[in-house]
Formats: sequence, structure tokens, C-alpha cells
Amino acid sequence: MSDGSQTVAPPLLAVENLAVSFGAGPDAVNAVRGVSFAVGRGEAVALVGESGSGKSVSALSILRLLPYPKARHSSGRILFEGRDLLALPEAELRAVRGGMIGMVFQEPMSSLNPLHAIGRQIGEALAAHGGPGGAAAHERVVALLRDVGFADAEARLTALPHELSGGQRQRVMLAMALANDPRLLIADEPTTALDVTIQAQILTLLKRLRAERGLALLFITHDLAIARGIADRVYVMKDGIIVEHGPADEVLDRPRQAYTRHLVLAQPKAARRPPGAAAAGPVLSATNVKCWFPIRRGVIRRTVGHIKAVDGVSLTLAPGRTLGVVGESGSGKSTLGLALLRLLPSEGAIRFAGQRIDGLSPRTLRPLRRHMQIVFQDPFGSLNPRLSVREIVGEGLNVHDRPTPDELEERVAAALRDVGLTPEMMDRYPHEFSGGQRQRIAIARTLVLRPKLLVLDEPTSALDVSVQAQLIDLLRELQAKTGMAYLFISHDLRVIRAMADDILVMKAGVVRETGPAGTVLTAPQDRYTRELLAAAFELKAL
Amino acid sequence: MRIFALSPLARRRLAHFRANRRGVVSLWILGVVFVVTLFAEFLANDRPVLIVFRGELHAPVLRDYPETAFGGVFDTPADYRDPAVAGMIAAEGWMLWPPVRFSYDTVNFDLPVPAPAPPSAVNWLGTDDQGRDVLARLIYGLRLSILFGLTLTAVSSLIGVAAGAVQGYFGGWIDLLFQRAIEIWSGMPQLFILIIVSSIIAPGFWTLLAVLLLFSWTALVAVVRAEFLRARNFDYVRAARALGVPDAAIMARHILPNAMVATLTYLPFVLSGAVVALTSLDFLGLGLPPGAPSLGELLRQGKENLQAPWLALTGFIAVAALLTLLVFVGEAVRDAFDPRKAIDV
Repeated sequence: MSDGSQTVAPPLLAVENLAVSFGAGPDAVNAVRGVSFAVGRGEAVALVGESGSGKSVSALSILRLLPYPKARHSSGRILFEGRDLLALPEAELRAVRGGMIGMVFQEPMSSLNPLHAIGRQIGEALAAHGGPGGAAAHERVVALLRDVGFADAEARLTALPHELSGGQRQRVMLAMALANDPRLLIADEPTTALDVTIQAQILTLLKRLRAERGLALLFITHDLAIARGIADRVYVMKDGIIVEHGPADEVLDRPRQAYTRHLVLAQPKAARRPPGAAAAGPVLSATNVKCWFPIRRGVIRRTVGHIKAVDGVSLTLAPGRTLGVVGESGSGKSTLGLALLRLLPSEGAIRFAGQRIDGLSPRTLRPLRRHMQIVFQDPFGSLNPRLSVREIVGEGLNVHDRPTPDELEERVAAALRDVGLTPEMMDRYPHEFSGGQRQRIAIARTLVLRPKLLVLDEPTSALDVSVQAQLIDLLRELQAKTGMAYLFISHDLRVIRAMADDILVMKAGVVRETGPAGTVLTAPQDRYTRELLAAAFELKAL
Repeated sequence: MRIFALSPLARRRLAHFRANRRGVVSLWILGVVFVVTLFAEFLANDRPVLIVFRGELHAPVLRDYPETAFGGVFDTPADYRDPAVAGMIAAEGWMLWPPVRFSYDTVNFDLPVPAPAPPSAVNWLGTDDQGRDVLARLIYGLRLSILFGLTLTAVSSLIGVAAGAVQGYFGGWIDLLFQRAIEIWSGMPQLFILIIVSSIIAPGFWTLLAVLLLFSWTALVAVVRAEFLRARNFDYVRAARALGVPDAAIMARHILPNAMVATLTYLPFVLSGAVVALTSLDFLGLGLPPGAPSLGELLRQGKENLQAPWLALTGFIAVAALLTLLVFVGEAVRDAFDPRKAIDV
């Protein structure tokens, strides 16, 4: 071990040769195979890896939160202040859980009880560990909430989880985890479900709390940029073992292992593409598109107002170009994509290849549909699990071209080859493929119709980083080959930077800023764009 | 050579169905009972299956012969159970009788005791209070119940699935109007309406089917509608709409299979419900016309003749076995369509 930063005193937490397997006999899955890591007092350590690498399972083992007895530890010790947590009786372990070790999970909504006020839930965390009662508890809860950044803590005590935003809920979870002054905080992807600006706020908060309380932090994440931003030391996991570890800057700047290098390189890089003149007329143009959903109240369902999901957006998109639409969740960017393809009712003129398509009946629109296609975010939901790949990819052809079975097979095979799959996969079913492969199938389904416009609705955000990078390469390659125009919707500015020629920044249904990618990314005019950029690239909250 | 190619998913479902032994055995029993009772005329009849008379072949099951054909004096259809006719045929040929020598409406006039007569070598399950053979009535009654149940289930599922699909897929006003209409419709007192209707029109197989159909089609609407409401916002349904697939094709290809699991889970209940409905109407005397073989009528006779337990026992065992087998098969079908199981193996 060439670990210079390790203190001489025994570390706060030492995991030694931990193994976790699920199931028994020949079907057993070895999720973690002999992992050792340590967290010193007041130190921040990140466990980094892609999905399935065993990082969350390792973290859950520390507090024995796995579904025992289905999960088993065939070897290993977890020493916390010298005591082996794996051998500790359940009653003593309960004192450690939430007492000496706090934990924050990825999904703050499902981690909170939706029926109880947050003040009461934090109070429960206190009471469970013999904390104060009555007025003292009340004061302690208020202090905790103030500590995690609720300025109006007193008023928020009676709030129910659904009345809070995602970021606020995660702050409540933090308050609960910190209620009993733990010495170690385990954070399992705490910011993954949050928008970038909120993510930056939470990370800033974590850093501040760590400094103030001398808290040790075990941070589990798939995002190398976050690991670099928050951790002193980094452990890189793959397939249940630790492939590399060391000080964060050293590991991430000068990775020694091939896998770490692969991960670091997989971060999408800025596109280097010629400015390219818009040759022909725009393939898509929209003026003042509005998509309002009525809010109805009362017995007769009177419309009392509107949710303005998209409120007056105008854009043009030239052939062979990519327009990146960026915004946080709820900004209306997905609604815009659906409305532009006339999959949702909307107001405002939409022109596709010079033809007005708003107001066309579904029947007259159908022949045009083949030229404008969409790829969705969730590769598991966008493919019908009951149809084979052949049927999925061939469906559009059967509607528009009605080819013979041989022709169909040939064109489906060609589309599969185009997206980097093999025609032999044609008779398999979606569940037999990984997330990245499924997304390729979804792209093949659209490609087979040779569309002029492809709307990509967060196509990479459900995928691991290395798969993300491959998919982005594939999309660029396809665009160069076919001259499709992309409307690329994403919350991830790094992906947008890699893909887009032009950028449109949306917030609350309106366009905040639009322009060529270079200008928007380097010299943003709008305050919100600046916030977004700072949060995404520097993990800073403005 | 394979007549039709099964998709791998269908093959996997078949394997799952086969893995459920109870369901497979039940399906076999039901299938055998159904096929056998379909040929009830060859099993239980008051006329022979085959007669060879003076070297000529006759098939009385299939057509009527006058008594004169066998040397009798009357020009009326021959009564083969009449010892005189039987004697004439036996003299110059022979007869092949079905295993049970009674039809559902044949009265056995040779009973040693007043009807209802207990089981004997002649009447294997005894006779009812009009001297008719219980086994013969059971065979014909089972056939009628199964056919009635299958027809009612098929028609009411077709209507119910179509109505639920349209409501769920289009939503909005169509859904609202349909839902309210169904709520009002199912608020009506079914039994009284059935009683009133069957007292106005002469009940028969098809009229009873129509009357029961009025109410049974709503059973599936709710489940199918819920599935369609849920599935119409699935990404792959959106993707299909983006591909330009017509609404009807989307409904049939992408959403209906999702609704099939819920539908199939309900089907055994609909089927056994249909059997029960017919049986209970018959039991109340409001069902099929008098004299028709039915399980309900057999049960009523059992109730009215408690001193003849073979009536009630036969009726009870037959109905209970039929319903139990249906539910077992339904469970196996449901397991086979369970997407989690279909994907596991």
C-alpha cells in the first residue's frame, strides 16, 4: 500500500476483505469479492464505480442493511472504532445505526414517511437514540434544520414531505442523519436524483458540515467530477473488487489502471465541429409554442388556471445540426420535445420541412411521422417487452412501407448494424439486452425510417458514463453519415457540450438564453445560465 | 412439420403452464369431460347407436326411422325401448346400445319402486322424481352448462375488453360518459330484472344468454380500462405513436397484451360465474324451459326430495367439481402469463 495520507492512528472505519454474495449454491451472485477500504477520522472518502460494481452493496453492508439471510458475508470484517459491526448483536448495532453512523440515500422521497411532518420524523431519529424530549427536542430539531440550510426552520417543522422540493427533502434526510452527531456519514448517491444547481448546493452543504463537525464522510457515487470535488481519497470499484485507490487528484488525474483511465476518458468531451453553414431551409421551426395544462377545481371542473409547461418557445433547427435543449427537471424541455412532434396538443406554429404541421389531423400527419422520430430516456420503458427486436425495429416500416418479410429483415439488419449491434440479435427480446444496447435498439427503430429529425429526450441519462460516451460517439457518427437534425434534450451540460451546435436554455417553460454552443457555454448572458454552468462544471452554487 | 411457429415468449408461457401440474391435470379432465359430453347422444340415449336389420345398416342416433322400417305396424318413429320393437329387431339383426340406455328426457316406466328410484344396475345414479335417469341428465346438463358458460364468457369478454380498451385509450369525455353509464347500469337490481325478463319472454338457451350478457359484460371493463389508462403513457406506446402506427394497431399490439394478464386472471371467474348464474336461475325455476337437462334443476330436485340423497349429491359434486377445475385451470393460465415468471426462466 502506497497510501501516504493514511493516519498512524487506527482509522475510524476499516473494512477488511469484505465479501457479499446473494443467494446460495450455483446461482449465487458474488456482488462484492474481497474489498478493503478505510475511512479516517474527519476524512472524506469516495467509492466510485458504475452500476453493478458493488459500491452500494459495500456501503449497505457497513450497517448490515442488506436483505439477510439472502445476502451473506462469506468473509470480511468491518471495524468501526475497533468493533466488528458484522459480529455485533442486533441491539448494539441499532445504537450504531443513526447514532454513530448516519446514512443518506439516493431517493429522498421514498426515504421519508409521506404521512408525517418532517419535524416529527427528525424528532423520532433523536428519540430512538435516547435524545431529549419536549421543548429541548423541539429546539434541537429547529437547530438541525437551520444547520442544513432551512432559513425558516421554525415554520417548516410541520411541512409534509410532498410539500418540499427534492433538494429540501435531501436536506431533511441529512438533518435526520446528523441528528445524533454521528462520527461517520455514509452518503449513497445523495445527489443523483437532483438537478445540477441543487446538487451543487447539497455538496457545498456537505463540505461545510464536514468542516464544522469534523465529520468523516463515505461518499458513494458514479460521478467522477463529484468524487473529485468532495473526497480526499478515492476508491475505484469494478465488478466487486477495488481496482485502484489513492488521493483523489492523483487517481483521477494520473490513473494507473486501465479501467480508471477508461472511466476518466469516458467523460464526454466538448465537440470539435466546424461551424457549418445552414445550407437548406430549416428542417424544423417553431414560433411561440405553448403547451398549457389546465388546472381544474370544484364540482364542475372549472378551469382556474394553467400549468404553463411550455410558454412561448421559438426555435429553428437546420439539417445536420444539433440543438441542445438544457434545463432542470420541470423546466418543460421534455414537454417541448413531445409538443414539437405533435405527441401533445399545443398552440403556436410548428413547421416541419417547410410545412405547417400544427393543426394537421392524425391521418394527414401519419405519412410525415416517419421523418420525425423520438428516442426516450428510459431504455427499459421505451421498448415493448413482449415484442422481439425484429418486431420493434420493423414496426415503423410495416406502417409506412409495408415491405415483404425478406425486405423487412434486410432493412432491420442494416439498421441494427448501423447502431453497432448484430443482425443475429433480431429474434431476441428486450430484457436480454443491457441498458446501452436497448438504447441502441431504440435508435435503430427510428433509423430504419431514415428520419430527417430525431428528438433525443435525455437518451444518455439512464446509462453508465462509459456507455454514455459510446452512445454519444454513435450519435455523432450517425449524424455525420445521414445528415439528420437532432433536438437533444438533456439536463446534463457536459453531454450537451459534447453534442450541441446550438443551445437553448429553458427554465419554467420559457427560454432563458439561446445561441451557438460556444457563446452560451463560454460567455453566458443570463444569470440562470451562469448558475447552471457553475453548478455543472465547477460544482459551485452561485 | 410445425403448423404454426410459436414465438419464444409463447413457448416460455406454455412451459410455465405445463409446469403447473394441477392446472394441466384440471385442463385434461375438463377437456375430456367437455369432448365426451359433446357426444352425449352416443353416450346416453334411448335409441341404439347402430342397428343391423336384415343386413342393412341403420343409425337411429342420426335420423328417425318409422316403426314400419323394422316390420312394425305404426308409421310413427320407432321406440326402441319397447320390448315389441326390440324383439322384432333382435329376430332379424342386432342393436348396438350406448352405455346408458336413457336420454335426458326418457322416463323409465319399469321402476321397481316409485320415483325417485335409488341407484341400481339399470339407473347407475338413480332416477329423479319423474323417473328420468340422473346420469343421462347429468351428461346432457354438463354439456349445456359448459357450452353456455363458454359462449357467455367469450361474448361478454369481447364486449367488455372492447369497451374497456376504448375508454382507457381515449380517456377524457368518452371515458367519463362510459364510466357513469356503467355505474348506473350496474346499480340496477340484476336478479329482479332477470326474473321480470324471464317471466315476459320464453326462456331458452339464447334468450338466457342475451339476458345474462346484459350484465356480465361489465365485469372486465374496469380491469381492462385501468390497464389501458396506465399503458397509454408508456414510452413504447408514445414511440409507436411517433412512428405513426394507427390507434387500433397500437391498442391491439402494444396495450392489449398488457391487459391480457388482467383479463385472463378474471376469465375463470367470469366463466364459473356464468355457470353459476345459469345453475341458480334453473334452481329458481326461472332458467331453461321445463324438461331441459340442467344442473340447477337437478339441485332443485335434490332439495325437494331430501329422502333421495343421490339427487343432491350428484348435483353438488358435479357443480363443485366443475367450478374447482375451472379455477385451477385459470390459475395455471394466469401464472403462465405472469411477465415476471415468463422473464425469469
